[in-house]
Amino acid sequence: MSDIRSILDFVVQTARLMVGVPDYQTYVEHRRMHHPEEPVMTYEAFFRERQNARYAVDKGRFRGCC
Amino acid sequence: MSTTIGISSAIRTKLLWAGVISLGTGALGVVALSRGESINAAWLVIAAVCIYCVAYRFYGLYIVRKVLRVDPTRQTPAYRHNDGLDYVPTNRYVLFGHHFAAIAGAGPLVGPVLAAQMGYLPGTLWILVGVVFAGAVQDLTVLFLSTRRDGKTLGEMVRSEMGPVAGGVALIGVMLIMIILLAVLALVVVKALVASPWGTFTVFCTIPIALLMGVYSRFIRPARIAEMSLIGFVLLLAALFYGRTVSESPALAAFFNFRGETLALMIISYGFCASVLPVWLLLAPRDYLSTFLKIGTIVLLAISIVLVRPDLKMPALTRFVDGTGPVFSGALFPFLFITIACGAVSGFHSLISSGTTPKMLENENQVRFIGYGAMLMESFVAIMAMIGACVMEPGVYFAMNSPAALIGTNVTQAAQVISGWGTTITPDQISQIARDVGESTVLSRTGGAPTLAVGMATILSNLLGGRALMGIWYHFAILFEALFILTTVDAGTRVLRFMIQDLIGSVIPAFKATKSWTNNLIGSALAVVAWGYFLYQGVIDPLGGINTLWPLFGISNQMLAGIALTLCTVVLFKMKRQYHAWVTILPAIWLLVCTLTAGLQKVFSIDPAIGFVSHAGKFGDALSGGKILAPAKTIAEMQRIIFNDYVDATMSILFVAVVVAVVIYGLIGIRKALSNPNATAVEFGAAAVAAGGGHV
Repeated sequence: MSDIRSILDFVVQTARLMVGVPDYQTYVEHRRMHHPEEPVMTYEAFFRERQNARYAVDKGRFRGCC
Repeated sequence: MSTTIGISSAIRTKLLWAGVISLGTGALGVVALSRGESINAAWLVIAAVCIYCVAYRFYGLYIVRKVLRVDPTRQTPAYRHNDGLDYVPTNRYVLFGHHFAAIAGAGPLVGPVLAAQMGYLPGTLWILVGVVFAGAVQDLTVLFLSTRRDGKTLGEMVRSEMGPVAGGVALIGVMLIMIILLAVLALVVVKALVASPWGTFTVFCTIPIALLMGVYSRFIRPARIAEMSLIGFVLLLAALFYGRTVSESPALAAFFNFRGETLALMIISYGFCASVLPVWLLLAPRDYLSTFLKIGTIVLLAISIVLVRPDLKMPALTRFVDGTGPVFSGALFPFLFITIACGAVSGFHSLISSGTTPKMLENENQVRFIGYGAMLMESFVAIMAMIGACVMEPGVYFAMNSPAALIGTNVTQAAQVISGWGTTITPDQISQIARDVGESTVLSRTGGAPTLAVGMATILSNLLGGRALMGIWYHFAILFEALFILTTVDAGTRVLRFMIQDLIGSVIPAFKATKSWTNNLIGSALAVVAWGYFLYQGVIDPLGGINTLWPLFGISNQMLAGIALTLCTVVLFKMKRQYHAWVTILPAIWLLVCTLTAGLQKVFSIDPAIGFVSHAGKFGDALSGGKILAPAKTIAEMQRIIFNDYVDATMSILFVAVVVAVVIYGLIGIRKALSNPNATAVEFGAAAVAAGGGHV
């Protein structure tokens, strides 16, 4: 049962990263570990930040391919 | 005891690889040598998969161990700059999915379909050889170089390793390729939707669906990707099914029955809006939908090809290897290698491999799995597209892909012309396909997407639904292609806008501020006008547009691959690995030869079907003699054709110039590296403390 659960987590993580949203839990852990005194974005804010970053023109990213 | 186990497992591994190699050789033999009788697609799949496995296991490993010498003990940028956002150490399977979704696009689906005019064999061989020795090598090496440089982009790496001028030239090259890429992709969509109410209706529906998803994920249930994608998918299917009703009702169908010119203008204005609107409203939700649909459909297609195992009706070689084919003009060399760009080698991937992926790599020893592996997978998509184009009657293939200028506009005439080419087909067979897929006609539906859709519908309907569902499958395939092409158009327009702003901004600094609304509007307008010009020109082109524009796209994409591989070569010399640099030198030389030959032929060939200048000359002569050549109907149209020819010729010359400039800078860089006794590559991050490192 826990195997199925972790496979599902994996699939969800992959699908999210395919559209440019990395794992939120990893982000939270990173903030807690390395910047304990600073605020942590909520999932909604995190999502928005990532969404904007994915299409941010001023970073010269290439979205979409031939 | 343990040594016996060790030895026997080593023997077993050797036997296994011997088995894979002989199976692959056998399958390739069947693919290459069968003449006359049709072969099963399974042989193609087996040959391809075996070659991928062997290439990955041996050649890929050779490159990472001996050529690049990846160092598993070296910290990757994902750890060094870990911020939980851009730089995150990511599980390699998850990252593989991300990288594959980023590189997979319409290119590997369209190129092989066009190349099928020469038979399945030339295209298949180029896809397989190209990916192993060029495409996957490029993706892998660029990913590795970028990982060692904090995830720098290709342009930045060219600048820092080959000098500012080479960097500037490469950036202009990238901008030109963007313009042609967006034009040609939009043209594929236009060609698929002309006079097709069902297809047009479904594709139009994606806009309100995306808006709804955007609002849903912003205000109703913020940031719920799965929910909104599911809602979008269900609505998309509803639109697909309702599309049939639309196409069958004359009153409704009239609203969605457009000419190419109208569709082109619509896509151009759509591209403008999408570039100006906030991303969460239109672009992002469409992107989510198209990414998931793309991956899902690729998986579905792979499963169904394995289950259905269709026969290939296209012969191994057709008479059109001589360059007289109706789909694209020009002989096998160099034009086959230009036509199939993505799937064999795609310069665009060098931009992706130096984008987000290197910032998430957990360990250097995963570059082979992600860089080389994902490109092999992309190549397999190209093989599936080749299969899709070859499962239909060759006569139907030529009816769909030949311009109206050659085969006329009614099935009787088309069948007669095509049968004259030695491919027997009856008018009834052509109209039957049109009826099956729910279209009024399939004649001259150039651009690859409709052909692939017929192929996919043939395969998928064999799996589920039979002939009754063929129309649904066909339009599903059209929708799937149009959706992600349009997403590329949106996103690409934004990127192009940024590049234009950057370029003009270096002269007028105020224009660089990307947040300014005025700049945004002007930049977006310039971007859509740039690609829109080529799109419109392609739509009114008598040869169907693809015939003219696809080679330009292929040349530009291969040119970029040439630049990337030149960079890789220079860096290998700077790292003092010149004895192994042949792995990038060989594909670089091959691509440079192909792009230069094709580029120069497109300009100077005396055959008006190939050379832009001689085509302009032909029309110019007629004009001065007071004659008007079809398809032009007026003097003004004649003049416009001549003007467009010169624009295309200029574009080709620019590509050639970019290639030559980068090669010269590459040679200078190599000479400098050789004259310096020390390694001079600019790498970031501490070198490994511990030598050896362990397994790669």
